[in-house]
Amino acid sequence: MADVVLEAKGLSKKFKKGESHRSLRDFIPALAKRAAKGNLGLGKEEFWALKDVTFQVERGEAFGVIGHNGAGKSTMLKHLCGILFPTSGELKVKGRLSALIEVGAGFHPDLTGRENIYLNGTILGMSRAEIDKKFDAIVAFSELEDFLDTPVKRFSSGMYARLGFAVAAHVDPDVLIVDEVLSVGDFLFQRKSVEKMRQVMKSGTTVVFVSHNLRAIADLCPRSMLLEHGQVAAIGASGTVIKAYMERGAADSTPDESKDAYISKVTLRDIKGAEQVQFESGDTLRAEVEITARRPTTKLAVVIEARDEELYDVFNTSTQRLDHPSFNLDAGEKFIVAFDLKLHLVPGTYHFGCYLYRYDIQKNYDTRVPAGTFYVRANIDVRGVANLEPRLVRHEMLRSEKVG
Amino acid sequence: MFSLFRILRRHHDLLYMLTLRDIRVKYKQSVMGFFWAILMPLIITSAGVIVKVGLAKVSGRPVNLGDVLGVAVKALPWAFVVSSIRFATACLTANANLVTKIAFPRAVFPLAAVLSQLIDFSVAAIVIVLVFAFSPVPVTVSFLWVPVLMVILIAQICGMALLLSAANLFFRDVKYIVEVFLTFAIFFTPVFYEASMFGKWAPLLLANPVAPVLEGLGAVTVGHRAPDPFWTLYAAGWAVALILGGPAIFQRLEPKFAESV
Repeated sequence: MADVVLEAKGLSKKFKKGESHRSLRDFIPALAKRAAKGNLGLGKEEFWALKDVTFQVERGEAFGVIGHNGAGKSTMLKHLCGILFPTSGELKVKGRLSALIEVGAGFHPDLTGRENIYLNGTILGMSRAEIDKKFDAIVAFSELEDFLDTPVKRFSSGMYARLGFAVAAHVDPDVLIVDEVLSVGDFLFQRKSVEKMRQVMKSGTTVVFVSHNLRAIADLCPRSMLLEHGQVAAIGASGTVIKAYMERGAADSTPDESKDAYISKVTLRDIKGAEQVQFESGDTLRAEVEITARRPTTKLAVVIEARDEELYDVFNTSTQRLDHPSFNLDAGEKFIVAFDLKLHLVPGTYHFGCYLYRYDIQKNYDTRVPAGTFYVRANIDVRGVANLEPRLVRHEMLRSEKVG
Repeated sequence: MFSLFRILRRHHDLLYMLTLRDIRVKYKQSVMGFFWAILMPLIITSAGVIVKVGLAKVSGRPVNLGDVLGVAVKALPWAFVVSSIRFATACLTANANLVTKIAFPRAVFPLAAVLSQLIDFSVAAIVIVLVFAFSPVPVTVSFLWVPVLMVILIAQICGMALLLSAANLFFRDVKYIVEVFLTFAIFFTPVFYEASMFGKWAPLLLANPVAPVLEGLGAVTVGHRAPDPFWTLYAAGWAVALILGGPAIFQRLEPKFAESV
């Protein structure tokens, strides 16, 4: 009998669309209406954020969760963490559960690094004695020894994130929930974080990993689950589940209400402007990304990427890295970004993805992976990643000079 | 109530750190620092003394040191009540990012809010104790009532803090109602005057659950007599109701917090 530490049985959650009753003036008439109508089934403004989700995770397992925006991933995680409670169904968790959902939540800007380690540590469920013991390890991991007595408001966003991750990574839970946090800090720190993740997994901790980085899911988790419209669309070996996900392609993702701004449309075109997904190696692809703001949002940048069939990163860049100033949007405004990309790629299938990102606070507003799939052909047989456009310029025997 | 004990037992470190945070943050980057904890009650007491002197002038009575101390003894707990309620009402919405992201008993927020105000109050209370020690006002047996009355007051405030913080999470109107109420409460709470001055209308003033406690504190310190038994019991009844009902209702609503904040 397998040792199940996490079990969801028919987990369902009903949400209301739109504004809930924020003031008494709205609430009292609504209450009267509800009393008159009764409260069974789905109301006009209600929808199932999760519907009949059933799965099990065994002790020591690394379990991946993937799905498009609005598929219910975050809602599910919040149930696992005990922040939200299901409308119906059951959820069982054995042991201490800790979540790396938003690192540094609970930091107070006016407090110093040291004070925040203790504050955040207790919020995440450690005792003060436990933090005393782990303090040096946390500080060493964050590499912030010299800034312990500086208020964190003077920290750069990278330092802030590092400290947050360092505290969260030292909670030593029985079940660890990870949501997209491995994209924190600079490149070296990311490597360190992934290393720490692997170490945590090796030590026998059960991990539930939610990410848009399908490569990371494939690498870290043997088993995964695909959520779609709040339901389990596929569950099983990660390879199969990821394939199912990719096949559904750039399914229309419904951005959930909580997003301030989102990627509303992604179009792949050829150089003439016609929609196109078939390209010759060396052709130019024009990727258009349309952003829509629901609420005023500032300092936005667009990140794009291309991945090969195995989901290895082939290429990525962003408006910021191309030295374009970030943009601000008011509620209801739309913004378009178009990139011309020269496809010096070997023949194959590629997935285009994009992110709406704010650099200074490292906030990801929206993700579209994959946003589209395109195919590259070439009239020569080249393999690998890049088409370096080989031209054979010499192909001859060298005259050997005989040594007398 | 039992959940309250469980929180105190299991999450005392978190409660401690959140209280410490509230205190630290309040006095960070202020020139006066912790001295504010004494200065604020001092200002309230001064205002009370001015009212007292005004009343004395009208009624032709002399003002003595006992009267001044009597104002301070009531004004300090009153400042604690006002700041606790004000701070606790907003505490869940002010920590919305934690409420929606990390799971732990949310009751620690209003409790930490009250606790941090209680520490401010204690600092100011030490000053009063010193004043009493060096003043000619005698210290009598009736002083033993002070801890009893304070327990009643703290229980009332904790219960109200839990209820109001939860209510404000669902309806932001609560904060404004509380704000207006607290602004004018000084007029209908016997802080700067005694309820007895209102004759047959006194019970109306004392119906406010905090009022008998304040009256009692005045009576047992500068009045050198036991607090009014009926009204003290009345206040204690409120304290029991609030400390039982507050956590129970809070806990019932807690599962809805993350999606409603």
